[in-house]
Amino acid sequence: MGLFSLFRRNTFSHGIHPPIHKSQTSQVPIRRLPFPRTLVLPLGQHFGAPSEAIVHKGQEVVRGQPIAKATGDMSVPIHAPATGIVKGIELVLTSRGFKEPAIVIESYEAASQEILWNEYVEPDNMNRDQILQAIQNTGLVGLGGAAFPAHFKKNVSFEKNVDTLIVNGSECEPFLTCDHRMMLEHPKCLIRGIRYAMTATDTKIAIIGIEDNKMDAVKLLKHHLKDVSDITVEAVETKYPQGSEKMLIKSLLNREVPAGGLPADVGVIVNNVHTLTSLGRLLPAGEGLTERVITISGPGVKKPGNYWVPIGTTIGFIMEQVGHEGFITEFIMGGPMMGPAVSSLDTPITKGCSGLLVLNEPLIQQESKKIWPCIKCGRCVQACPMHLNPSQLGLLAAAAEYEEMAENYGLKHCFECGCCSYVCPSNIPLVQYFRIAKAINREQAA
Amino acid sequence: MSIDKGHNDHKEQTPIELRTTPHLHTAQDIVDIMRNVVFAILPISAWSVWQFGLMALLLLITVTASCLLTERLFNYTSGEPNTLGDYSAVITGLLLALTLPPAFPLWMAVVAGFVAMALGKVMFGGLGMNVFNPALVGRAFVQAAFPVAITTWTPALFEGRFTQLSPSTLTTPFMIPPPVSEWNTSVAIDAFSGATPLALQKFEQVSTPAIDLVLGNVAGSSGETSALIIMLCGLYLAFRNMLDWRIPFFIMIGTIGTSGGLYLMDPGTNPDPLFMLFSGGLMLGAWFMATDMVGSPVTPLGVAVYGLFIGVVTVVIRVYGGLSEGVMYAILLANAATPLIDQYTKPRVFGQVKQSPVKKS
Repeated sequence: MGLFSLFRRNTFSHGIHPPIHKSQTSQVPIRRLPFPRTLVLPLGQHFGAPSEAIVHKGQEVVRGQPIAKATGDMSVPIHAPATGIVKGIELVLTSRGFKEPAIVIESYEAASQEILWNEYVEPDNMNRDQILQAIQNTGLVGLGGAAFPAHFKKNVSFEKNVDTLIVNGSECEPFLTCDHRMMLEHPKCLIRGIRYAMTATDTKIAIIGIEDNKMDAVKLLKHHLKDVSDITVEAVETKYPQGSEKMLIKSLLNREVPAGGLPADVGVIVNNVHTLTSLGRLLPAGEGLTERVITISGPGVKKPGNYWVPIGTTIGFIMEQVGHEGFITEFIMGGPMMGPAVSSLDTPITKGCSGLLVLNEPLIQQESKKIWPCIKCGRCVQACPMHLNPSQLGLLAAAAEYEEMAENYGLKHCFECGCCSYVCPSNIPLVQYFRIAKAINREQAA
Repeated sequence: MSIDKGHNDHKEQTPIELRTTPHLHTAQDIVDIMRNVVFAILPISAWSVWQFGLMALLLLITVTASCLLTERLFNYTSGEPNTLGDYSAVITGLLLALTLPPAFPLWMAVVAGFVAMALGKVMFGGLGMNVFNPALVGRAFVQAAFPVAITTWTPALFEGRFTQLSPSTLTTPFMIPPPVSEWNTSVAIDAFSGATPLALQKFEQVSTPAIDLVLGNVAGSSGETSALIIMLCGLYLAFRNMLDWRIPFFIMIGTIGTSGGLYLMDPGTNPDPLFMLFSGGLMLGAWFMATDMVGSPVTPLGVAVYGLFIGVVTVVIRVYGGLSEGVMYAILLANAATPLIDQYTKPRVFGQVKQSPVKKS
C-alpha cells in the first residue's frame, strides 16, 4: 500500500502500476501489412470445442468463405482469410505450446483479396435467437485474449438476470494499444456493435470502461454518445489488471463476482471493445471474422504500430515486414504480463491474439536476475487483486504442499495475472509456481 | 481429414528466448531495498557519532565487522556461497550497535554481533528464515549476560568526545569493565547522574522535556536518542516503498493509546504519552526494528495487530515491569507471534462471502 493510494473512485483494490510503454504505438493510425503467401488457421483457436474442417486439400477457397464449421454451442466457424488454395490440414505449432491441426492456405499472388463471400442478414429486425445465431456465424470470439466464443457469452444471460453490458476498453496490459486505436478510429462501429450486443443479451444499460490514460478515447466516445442515455462512458484508474472482468466490474459497479463464479452471477456481461467493433462491422455485412488489429511493439521492433493482419499470418512473415533486431529475442503473443512466448516463427496469429511483442537483450538480461529467499516483505500480498497471500503460497509451493495451497490459501482463485511475480523483489517466480501447482492438483483430481 | 506432419522448418537466425509470463519485472530487488535501508541508517549513525564521539564510531565499526565476519564464517564452514552482498548483515550490525550504550566494552560488542548473526539468523537458515530480528536477539543476549555494562550510560555532547574514550570501551576481553561514574562526571558540564530519561522518570520521577527527546540531547543508547532524525530516515524509506509505514503508525497509536489511558488515570506517577513516544528506543524500534520484513506479518489486518501489540506491550513493560525499557522485548514477542497473526488474519479472498475458518493441521 503506497502512502497515497487510499480511496480513489472507479477502481479496485490492490494491483500494480507497471510502465505502460504505449506511446510508440498509440498515436499512429492503424496500418495494413502486405498480404502473406501462407496462412495457418488452427482449428482450436477459440475457447471450447475445436471447429471441424469442411474443406479438403487442393480445394480453392475465396476470402470470407467458411472453411470450418462449429461443433456445438461452445464453438465457432472459421472463415478463409484469403483467396487461394488449401494446401492441406497439418499439425502446426501454436501459441499454446503444442502442435495442433490447422488448415494451411496458400493465397493467390494476383488475387485482389476482396471479401468475396457473405451471407446477408438484417440485424436490426432480428430477435435474440436469430441475432445469437448470426453472431455465431461470424466466427467472432473474445478478441481481448480469452477467445471465448462471443455468442456463447451472450447466451449465458438467458439463464441469469443480466442487466448491464460492460464494454472493456481498459486495455491494462503494457505495450498494447489496439483497443485504444479501435475506439479512436471506429467509434461508430463500436456503438453499433454495442447495440447488437445489448439486443443479444437483453440488457438496458451499457457502460464503456476505459483506463484514464486514454482520455482522448473517452472524450471521443462521449461526444458520439451525447444524445443517448443508456450507453455511458466511464474513466477508470490506470492500473493492472484493470482489464480483468472481475476487476472492471468492481471498478465500475462495485459488484464483486463471487469466487469461482461468472460475471453473469452479478448481472453483468463483459465484452472487449475490439470484439464489439468487429461485431458492428461484420454483422450488417454478413461477413465472417477474417482479420483483426494487433499491436506490434516492443524494443526489438523496427516499425512498431497497430496493423490489420489476416487471421493465420505467421509471426515470421510479420517480422519480415516490420523488422526486428537484437541478438537474443523473445516473441510474445499478447501483452507482456499474460501473453505466452512462442518458440517458433511459424506460429500463426490467432483470433484471440491482441499483440505481438518483441523483447531483446537489455530487457531480457535485466529480467534474468538472481532469485533471493523470500523476505516476507508482503508486496505480493498488497499487489494480488484476488486478495490472496502469494508469499505464503510460494513457500508452500516450494515445499510441494499443493493440497494445502488449494484448501487453505485459495489457490484456485488465482487467475495468473502475474502481479505477484512482477513486484517480488526477490525475483521469486510466484505465478509460475502456482501454475505448476494448479496443473498438479488438476492431474491428481482427474 | 488427412493430417500431414511437419510444417516448414526453416532455420531461425537468432536464438529465441522462451520464458513464462509475466515478461516484465519491477526493477527494485532485495539488494536495492537493503542498500537503501543502510543509507537510511547512516544519518542516525552519524548523529550517534556526533553525540558520543569516538567511542560510538568504534562501537559501530566493531559490531558491524563482527556481524559480517560471523556470517562469512558460517558461509565458509557450511560451504554456502558468500551472502554478504545482500547487505542484510550490515543492517543487523549497524542497528545492533545503535541499540547498545555508547561506552559498551568493545569485546562485549563483538559477542553481541556474533550472537546476533549466529543465533539470530544463521541458525534459522539465513536471510528470510529468521523468526526474530537478529539485532534484537544479539541485544537480548548481552542484556542478560552483561546487565551492568548495558545500563551504563555516557553523557551526550561532552567536550573532548572526539579525543577521549570512556574507560570501559577498551576493557580487556573477558574482564569486568572499570567503573565509569567518575570519568562521566569529569567530562560532563553538569553533574551527570548516569541515567537515561526513562530511568530518570521511572526510578527518580524526574521528567525530561519533550523537545530534548525529539532532538536527542539526552543520554541513552548510541542511536536511539534523536526521534526526529529516526523519523525522517524512516519516512524516506516509507516514501520509497521500502518500509511498511503502517507498522510504526500502529505502534505509535498503541503507545499513545495505552500511555494516554494510564496518564489520565494517574497523571502523578505515569508519564505523559509524548514522553512515552519519544523516549528510549521506541522510535528506533518502531521504524527500523519492528519493520524488519522477515519478522512482521504480511496481511493488512495482521500489520495492525502486530503494531498495536508492540505499542501496548512496550508501555506495559515500561510502567509495570522491572526494567525502564520494554521496546526490545515487545518486538521480540511480536516477532514470535507473527506466524500466528498471519494465520488468523488471512484476508478475505475477492468475491468470497465468508472467510473460511482456519484449519488446524
